Amino acid sequence: MNRVSFPRLIQMPTIVVLVKQVPDTNAKILVQGNRVDLSSVKMVMSPYDEFAIETAIRHKEATDGTVTALTVGGPGAEKILKDAKAIGVDNIVRVWDDSWSELDSNALQSVLSETIQGLGATVVYCGKSAADTGAGSTGPGLAERLGWGNASNVIGAEFSDSVTVSMPVETGVAKINVTLPAVISCDKGDVKVRKPNVKGIMMAKRAKVELMSATAPSSSISITSHSMPPAKPAGKTFEGGASASQVAQLLRDEANVL
Amino acid sequence: MTNMIVIAELSKGTIHASTAELVTAAHAYGGEPTLVVPCTDASIADSVRSLSGVSKIIAVKSDVFGGNDSSGWASALDTVIPSGTVLCLATTRSKDVAARLAARRNISVVQDVVGIDGTNLTSPIYSGKANQTVSVSGEAVITVRANVFDAAGDGGSCDVSVVDASGDVKTAVQEVMQRVSTRLDVSEANIVISGGRGMGSPANFVHLEAVADTIGAAVGASRAAVDTWAEIPHSMQVGQTGKTVNPNLYIAVGISGAIQHLAGMRSSKYIVAINKDADAAIFQHADYGIVATWEEALPVFQEALSGMLN
Repeated sequence: MNRVSFPRLIQMPTIVVLVKQVPDTNAKILVQGNRVDLSSVKMVMSPYDEFAIETAIRHKEATDGTVTALTVGGPGAEKILKDAKAIGVDNIVRVWDDSWSELDSNALQSVLSETIQGLGATVVYCGKSAADTGAGSTGPGLAERLGWGNASNVIGAEFSDSVTVSMPVETGVAKINVTLPAVISCDKGDVKVRKPNVKGIMMAKRAKVELMSATAPSSSISITSHSMPPAKPAGKTFEGGASASQVAQLLRDEANVL
Repeated sequence: MTNMIVIAELSKGTIHASTAELVTAAHAYGGEPTLVVPCTDASIADSVRSLSGVSKIIAVKSDVFGGNDSSGWASALDTVIPSGTVLCLATTRSKDVAARLAARRNISVVQDVVGIDGTNLTSPIYSGKANQTVSVSGEAVITVRANVFDAAGDGGSCDVSVVDASGDVKTAVQEVMQRVSTRLDVSEANIVISGGRGMGSPANFVHLEAVADTIGAAVGASRAAVDTWAEIPHSMQVGQTGKTVNPNLYIAVGISGAIQHLAGMRSSKYIVAINKDADAAIFQHADYGIVATWEEALPVFQEALSGMLN
């Protein structure tokens, strides 16, 4: 007897990708007084966000749906939304309230959680961490607030009505099935990220940034100062390969690290 | 004064030695902590009973701690951990769990702390190009980098109370492709030896592996090496778009010391650089620099190390 199979109806996902504006990672960082001076530093999209955008667009290509790039920031952050649009996202959204200055993780995640619920997202992609703080709190923290699952440091993804991700674990690389809705934080994987083409750049110029606002609880963490990392005392330098045995001795007897 | 809670770091089914550093960090911040040990087998908590400066030990037993699902971890821990300020180690998994635990409690998380002065916490930003100090009011979840604080000593004798907990697991492992190499990952090793494009070819990484095997090190690579040679996987990359490492000893071979690479390893306790170019930037960050080709230096280094350790 032939089995009759029906095409399974897959709900078209509403895909959101979080992007953040950060100082160019090749820039020299200067501290003036007790604050970082970014006045002459070029601002760019955080590098890991490019992998998140690539994964989000691949998700859309596999299942249909829409991709919305979302950032929290002032008007200056619209440049990276235009960059995301040029790469190929459908919609661009900026969330801001002029009363906000520094949002701590609790405030930021509250804002994101409210916005993402408003957008009706089924899956959220973000970079594994932002290149400024390097904290990596947003993905898992947002997932917790939404009551969703999450996967971090994702280096590959396959899409159906769930997402199967590859991520490094203690013993190797695990393939993990993530039921949607979920938040997926992307590391640099083996995929090549697409770059904007001329048509994309033209479309991005005309694209309109949708402005949204949300409620932010007051922050309990406040920045008190920035400083340069303490300079290392000058080390010892030796000439020639034969000195390697002397260095080995010093590592044992002076540094005590062997 | 806030309640202090330290979550012991679980590593391959045992308690990571840096847990003792977290106890010191807790004292620096607020006082004597309760040590919470996530486990699948409560007997592992015996290994920390003698830690001094711990007020009590709670072993939280749950199947979720056998896996990596951060929702499962955070929900199981949340049922047991009293309100207060929570410290854990800044590892990949614990940073995720910390973020979730903070979100569950509507408090903030401060990651990668390398300095504590009262309720002021210092963490590296811009991949270590600067430090940021924040002040915390109220409760928070804090992750602390390994190898920064001194380990708490022995001399305590805490009883262990065991609590069973269940967690809300939201992801499912389908398969694990086991790492072929038994060598450590760069992010978990106490010693890392990394090669750059100066190694000439990926085949020459066997010479780094030989040294690594002698001293129990992990083998890493610079971004230039990873981008140039397909044989060197991204999982080995140390730097801003790779892994940040903080070992006791970092040995950079044939690595010029681009800002991108320094960002991932500059906080290592001791840095050795081997490079034929005396002007390479890496030498400015090295405790011990050897100006020589790797072909000249590595065999001598290897022989001296094996002689010392055997």
